Amino acid sequence: MATTRSAPHAPAGDAPAFADERVALFRADFPILGRSVNGVPLVYLDSAATSQTPLGVLEAERHFYKHENAAVNRGSHTLAVEATDTFEAARATLAGFLGALPEEIVWTSNATEGLNLLAYSFSNASLGRGGQAARRFALQPGDEIVVTEMEHHANLIPWQELAFRTGATLRFIPITDDGELRLDEAERIIGDRTRVLAVTHASNVLGTINPVVDLVALARRVGALVLLDACQSAPHLPLDLHALDVDFAVLSGHKMLAPTGIGVLYGRRELLDAMPPFLTGGSMITTVTMEQAEYLPAPHRFEAGTQRVSQAVAFAEAVRYLEAAGMDRVRAWDSQLGQRLVEGLADLDGIRVVGPEAGRERIGLAAFDVDGVHAHDVGQFLDDRGIAVRVGHHCAQPLHRRLGLTATTRASTYLYTTTDEVDAFLSAVAEVRGYFGVTS
Amino acid sequence: MSELDSLYQQIILDHSKARQGSGLATEPAPVGARLGESHQINTTCGDEVTVRVAVVDGKIEQIRWDGDGCAISMAAASVISELGEGEGVGELRAKIETFRELMRSRGTVEADEDVLGDAAAFSGVSKYPARVKCAMLAWVAVEHALAEAEA
Repeated sequence: MATTRSAPHAPAGDAPAFADERVALFRADFPILGRSVNGVPLVYLDSAATSQTPLGVLEAERHFYKHENAAVNRGSHTLAVEATDTFEAARATLAGFLGALPEEIVWTSNATEGLNLLAYSFSNASLGRGGQAARRFALQPGDEIVVTEMEHHANLIPWQELAFRTGATLRFIPITDDGELRLDEAERIIGDRTRVLAVTHASNVLGTINPVVDLVALARRVGALVLLDACQSAPHLPLDLHALDVDFAVLSGHKMLAPTGIGVLYGRRELLDAMPPFLTGGSMITTVTMEQAEYLPAPHRFEAGTQRVSQAVAFAEAVRYLEAAGMDRVRAWDSQLGQRLVEGLADLDGIRVVGPEAGRERIGLAAFDVDGVHAHDVGQFLDDRGIAVRVGHHCAQPLHRRLGLTATTRASTYLYTTTDEVDAFLSAVAEVRGYFGVTS
Repeated sequence: MSELDSLYQQIILDHSKARQGSGLATEPAPVGARLGESHQINTTCGDEVTVRVAVVDGKIEQIRWDGDGCAISMAAASVISELGEGEGVGELRAKIETFRELMRSRGTVEADEDVLGDAAAFSGVSKYPARVKCAMLAWVAVEHALAEAEA
């Protein structure tokens, strides 16, 4: 199986994928997977949009409210101390999972908030906030922010807005027709003017896994900061942010078995400590006068106001679940199902899969166009069979424009997805064009 | 008829392929007509339609449109194009309102084929709330375009 250049994670296939019996055990932890829709069993193939949540994670949140709930990082009574310990232990769990230090983990509501936090902190630095130490985050006309053509809107629009506010220029690295980054172009575009490189680790549409090590090397050469959007990689690949040597990373809990409303912004400690805050208020200060305030070091300087404590606790339980499953094996399983999706779809007439062709490395998803049938109609047909997929532009309009499409249908897998489900999906897709009377 | 078949009735599939009134550039607007145009986007799926209406003495002479989208949205544009031409502005407005009520009915309203013609075939759409916007897209565009033509 082909692998992406010099990505620091081992190629898929060195850890065994799950046995079907193991997947059946996972499924027992997700009662929702046992329900039916439209009178047929649910086939959930939309985990890239949001994953399902196992009972243990639900129980962790419930347990916190039943036994430990109190305001964290501000009270001195026993319950407050216990709640704070639990909250900070959750942070340490995430740090361990991501190969980072606890001080480098900032809770956010999701990856989108993490990206906006960064963009607004850079914006504040550009206005002179944070003083000399924050100059490295300040942007001005002539500076460049570089993204890629395959970004989710969440890793595009905050940078567009930052460019508008600071006068910096936004540039992008184009992709090949096979949905891989043009590294030759990256080398040309990432230059002396580049201050920020914001790139997705794995594409939510193409399934491509980007060569982070190569991109970081290009950015280091010119002293640019690197932000990694790990939304689609953290749930599916072992991740070691220190080893990847990125400056910042964002991810969303709800895509990796946790509830909605909780995410993480990772930042190298010395960067976070030098960066001016975005949201300000309670719990993020040392001293406050009527005129001004001094701020706590990271991570608390970025956590103004009451935090999502129970969700953080649940998120920690979710990553313990993933660790117990083994992230190398999760990767192997997703990779195997991803290949099965691509190979199966490629065999069908009138189907165009976007992204790397069969045999090339991809995460457990495949987005495709059905000739003559709009994605919305494909999704409706599949839903009638109980199959839940995502249709539309998947928050990546520029990418779809590049591919010459307005919408695609996307199937995505996770550790609880069975081979039978993938096959049921493929059989249903095979019938779509006939149903809609498309023959050519 | 299965639920899915009631959504995708043959009339709808036919209209989605042989699109009546499709092509803004294929035929110029009648000389002397009052023109109105509207561009509508379904933000959830990216479907879009641009509709142009030409009104002469309170009567709709022509409805032309360009669009890209699902079978439901394209068929709905085709149907209103066919249904609207030759109608008085007031009459078509009333039909749009009738269609809107049908779409919002969640399957509780019986479509009157005498009033809605081929549009009656969309009654199955009302049971799929996520698709009602698709069906309404071109109809809302016509409504806006009429308002512009009459302004």
